[in-house]
Amino acid sequence: MLLLVEQCLNGLQFGLLLFLLAAGLTLVFGIMDLVNLAHGSLYMMGAYFAATFVAWTGNFFAGAFLALAATLLLGIVLEMLALRPLYGRDHLDHVLGTFGLILFFNELVRLVWGPAGLSLPVPSALNTAVDIFGIYYPAYRLLIILVSLLVALFLYVVVMRTRLGMLIRAGASNREMAGALGVDIKLLFTLVFALGAALAGLAGLMHAPILTVQIGMGENILILAFVVIVIGGIGSIRGAFVAAVFVGVVDTLGRAFLPDLLRLALSSTAASTLAPALSSMLIYLLMAIVLALRPQGLFPVAGR
Amino acid sequence: MKKASLAAVAALAFATGPALAQGSVKIGFVDTFSGPTAVIGNDMRNSFELALDHLGRKMGGLPVEVIYEDDQQKPEVGKQKTEKVIQSDHVNFITGYIWSNVLLASLKPAVDSQTFIISANAGPSRIAGELCSPFFFSTSWQNDQTPHAMGIYLEQKGVKTLYLLGPNYAAGKDMLAGVKATYRGQVIGEEYTKWPDQLDFSAELSKARAAKPEAIFVFYPGAAGVQFLSQYAQAGLRDQIPLYTAFTIDETTLPLQKDVALGVPGAQEWVNDLPNPANQKFVADFRAKYGHGPSFYGAQAYDAANLINSAVVAVKGDLTQKDAIRDEMRKANYASVRGPYKYGNNHFPIQNFYLQETVKNADGTFGLKTVATILKDSQDLFHATCPMKW
Repeated sequence: MLLLVEQCLNGLQFGLLLFLLAAGLTLVFGIMDLVNLAHGSLYMMGAYFAATFVAWTGNFFAGAFLALAATLLLGIVLEMLALRPLYGRDHLDHVLGTFGLILFFNELVRLVWGPAGLSLPVPSALNTAVDIFGIYYPAYRLLIILVSLLVALFLYVVVMRTRLGMLIRAGASNREMAGALGVDIKLLFTLVFALGAALAGLAGLMHAPILTVQIGMGENILILAFVVIVIGGIGSIRGAFVAAVFVGVVDTLGRAFLPDLLRLALSSTAASTLAPALSSMLIYLLMAIVLALRPQGLFPVAGR
Repeated sequence: MKKASLAAVAALAFATGPALAQGSVKIGFVDTFSGPTAVIGNDMRNSFELALDHLGRKMGGLPVEVIYEDDQQKPEVGKQKTEKVIQSDHVNFITGYIWSNVLLASLKPAVDSQTFIISANAGPSRIAGELCSPFFFSTSWQNDQTPHAMGIYLEQKGVKTLYLLGPNYAAGKDMLAGVKATYRGQVIGEEYTKWPDQLDFSAELSKARAAKPEAIFVFYPGAAGVQFLSQYAQAGLRDQIPLYTAFTIDETTLPLQKDVALGVPGAQEWVNDLPNPANQKFVADFRAKYGHGPSFYGAQAYDAANLINSAVVAVKGDLTQKDAIRDEMRKANYASVRGPYKYGNNHFPIQNFYLQETVKNADGTFGLKTVATILKDSQDLFHATCPMKW
């Protein structure tokens, strides 16, 4: 029972990280109608910035803050220089353009930081496990859960309770109408993209101490982020949140308990070979089921 | 004008093509040079280049030409690159191969074309057994051998219950089977993770802790080993359950693992401090040329170059004498950096395995040192199923 709770915490932690990545992706896709494959590169840049700044300042939190600011700035520059020419074009051009950006960023990182990758150590105070009601859980992963929940709350307040959020929601529902009513769409786009970039950077820098900081680290996880926004409904932050947690928990529980379940029916070796393959398919099965039942996703944005 | 220049180009191509093929030793080097594990491929390439420097870039009087190809750690790409160096570069030897699944996919094109293929790392059990070939040689080990040594060491330490973790591909299965072959205690859990893209082991670590084993054994080569060790430490498991490894800590991963590798034992057929002259020269010159120490991957690539050289010298550069080349390679008549070894009937080395531990150097960097010899003249268990006899 305790193990189940612990595995759910693992799933929640993974899901919330996915949410940070997916939130930016869904906003950019939903509001700007831009398919941004380079979102994973921003995640990678967040991690590289953090590794650099943490080494430079000697303090994890100061370094993380600087990295967040740097990714935000990078998002603004990227939007103004590289993405504006793509807006009027169709999705295939977006895919081609932003795929080019992936290659550009991977090469840039190779030139600046070298091919070997960096490590970002966990702050020593958090490099331990804490006892919560009998569950021994890594303190750093708890921090990830906490920060991600705060960010989710912040996004909720911004999107649902502020004027900027109203404009974002209006843009997501009907871009032309919002523009016709005098909203500065250009500025809105830059702001939304920068916000998305900062969220991706935050996901990258928080994930970095668990993984290693390396070239192409954003590419695998971006696929999952796309699954999340498809399940959640494109343009919906709430959908991204629910879907991300759902995907994270299903993925983790599948990995944790599928081998044992299969062992009840199959031989031990067959089960241990089949289980990893099957559990990595689970979330795609989930996506297929959601798409079959609700093609617009769980929380479709009205008016799209 | 255009026609004339075309003709000139064609003439040049005909003039240089066959001349090069006869006048040089061509070696294809298929390895991983991109992605997170490129650091391993680069270490092997650096060591191979150093070996060529030591040989004066000649073998048996012929200049050596190496064609490096990137397998991207993917079996299908490795097979294509192997076919490419055979068919369009007409190489005499192929070497490299970090990954067992890449080697398994690449074996057939090499053997079918009667090109010698020398694995400088991967050692899948099937190639040691039913797939063994007169054209295949290994300068590394059979996958199960290193974990055999760890299984014996776990016995020596009196570990009663063990939990196994490894990636779900050919080598992962060999490694865990290898521990189970020599470890007599109880294996209370065995988990395979998705390879190579699963990098977060939270679910597996939670399960391992809940199973309460006396020790955990893992096989996570390359970047995955960095992630595994840091997550192991973050979960607070370092103080709770001792960790034993194979191919998880080496000179390519230590710069990122640092402290978390301290106190985690592993086994290897080569360690940088082995006291033989060939090894001392290799390690010292590698340090001088590249500014850091070589890994066991590099040592095996260095040996591959010297094994090829011993055969080319024996046939005096006549690369058409394939039987004579094979006979010479079977003798392993060169100064291996691991010390002398013999080949079994399946062309895998019969060799020693050492216990190694991480040490912190005076300058703050981390390295490995030999602690003990666990196995002497160990041969893999699959040679009996290899039909080749000599």
